[in-house]
Amino acid sequence: MRYMLLFCGSEEDRRAFEAMSEDELRARYGEVAAWFAANEQRIQSTAQLQPREAATTVRFPPQGEPLVTDGPFLEGREDIGGYATIDVADFDAALGMARSWPGRGKVEIRPLVER
Amino acid sequence: MAGTRQGRDPSAGGAIGTQAESLGAVARAHLGRVVAALTRELGDFDLAEESAQEALLVALESWPRDGTPDRPDAWLVTVARRRAIDRLRRAARGRRKLDELRLEAERAPPGAPDDTLEVVFLCCHPALSREAQVALTLRVVCGLSAAEIARAFLVPETTVAQRILRAKRKIAQAGLPLRRPAPEELPARLREVLTVVYLLFNEGHLATAGTRPERPDLAEDAEWLAGLLAELMPEEPEVLGLLALIRLHRARVPARFGPTGELVLLRNQDRSRWDRDAIERAGVLVARALRMGRPGPYQIEAAIAASHAEAPSWEETRWAEIVLLYDRLLALSDTPVIRLNRAIALRHVQGPRAALGEVDRLARALSGYHLFHAARAELLRELGRQDEARAADERALALAGNVSERRLLERRLANTRETPDRRRGLGSR
Repeated sequence: MRYMLLFCGSEEDRRAFEAMSEDELRARYGEVAAWFAANEQRIQSTAQLQPREAATTVRFPPQGEPLVTDGPFLEGREDIGGYATIDVADFDAALGMARSWPGRGKVEIRPLVER
Repeated sequence: MAGTRQGRDPSAGGAIGTQAESLGAVARAHLGRVVAALTRELGDFDLAEESAQEALLVALESWPRDGTPDRPDAWLVTVARRRAIDRLRRAARGRRKLDELRLEAERAPPGAPDDTLEVVFLCCHPALSREAQVALTLRVVCGLSAAEIARAFLVPETTVAQRILRAKRKIAQAGLPLRRPAPEELPARLREVLTVVYLLFNEGHLATAGTRPERPDLAEDAEWLAGLLAELMPEEPEVLGLLALIRLHRARVPARFGPTGELVLLRNQDRSRWDRDAIERAGVLVARALRMGRPGPYQIEAAIAASHAEAPSWEETRWAEIVLLYDRLLALSDTPVIRLNRAIALRHVQGPRAALGEVDRLARALSGYHLFHAARAELLRELGRQDEARAADERALALAGNVSERRLLERRLANTRETPDRRRGLGSR
């Protein structure tokens, strides 16, 4: 089954990340790289997103032209920092991957629609 | 009285009693295994479950008339499979699936009793909400209807039906698998299952709201489930611990309620009405679990319950041992409620002043918990601080939802009004 892992976090998560020392950062990047390497066979595509400040939203009102606004569509303090689509045997395998994610914050597991 | 449903030893395999059979008994004996076999075959838990439930109803009609088949599981799977095929034929999407499956008339018979275990793990999957886990387990493993579950938890039937529907949809959409957890997953997954069983038991043993003090159906279902798990996982000490804990509490049920339905506290219970055989057997079970050398919260709680149950009287209880057991429990899971219970036991080792000191330290965490105020009231009364004791009892009464506990608190408040220095307590159940 295919799933998308959404790597999410709050502003607190982001602040905690920014407060890390250089050594801690290096260690964290090492862990994340190791995670991607260990799961290479299961990951179909992955990307890290620029922060929400870089987002632009296009809205479709019931009538008229699409509206373009600066900023993200998702409100509140949560943000999506990146994603990976994975192909695994079952949900428990996806859950195992999410649980072992070294990047902290939150990981949302979303099954993909299979046709 | 456990209503119309009846307990059944899960090990007893096939045949069911001639006249005494009920939907509950048939469900307990077969439902999990039949659902597992069909889920594997159809790849669709929802369809498997619905069809298996229908097959149970057919069995309930036909078995008393025609006799119980030699292999009830295989019989049920055959009937359920036919129902499933009918359903698939009716749906356009299903016809394609039917082709893919190329279902044959006779396929693999239901497997080992282990299959039920896989269904239990699926129903208690951590990706489902606690409410969904509980409803699904009662429905699919214990065979309760949505109406029965709704009655047990005092929620509308449509709420339960919705919960089950949503849980089954999530299982399908998210692809939650029917399988036994891998060894490295087992501790966490087992905790999830035991939490559900313990929650059922607690709800049945001392209902949190409503007019009936206890719901023996749920307590009985919980004991049956724990027994089933203990049989299927005899090497898991926490499973044995939980089973022993439930049995120890249930062994004391005959003495738990007074003539007017008020809760009788442990210290005031008529111990001659306890089921001594059950207590002894549960004690053996606790000892067996502890000898495995992997202690856990349920084993220790069971050891505490066993120590209470084996004491000839309240006064002769081995309090020092109980305090030590609470210390071990706190080392595993440090929660304010466990600290409260330890303080209550500490009263009998170090006196009410020391105990009150411990209790007061929990004020912030437990200000909304009626037993915190009730325990405080008891200690305050012992220390002669009557006004504070009354205030604490009143706070406890305002927070208590259980009808028997309320009756006890009301009576205690009435008594202290008449005889201000009389000592009564609400410490442990």
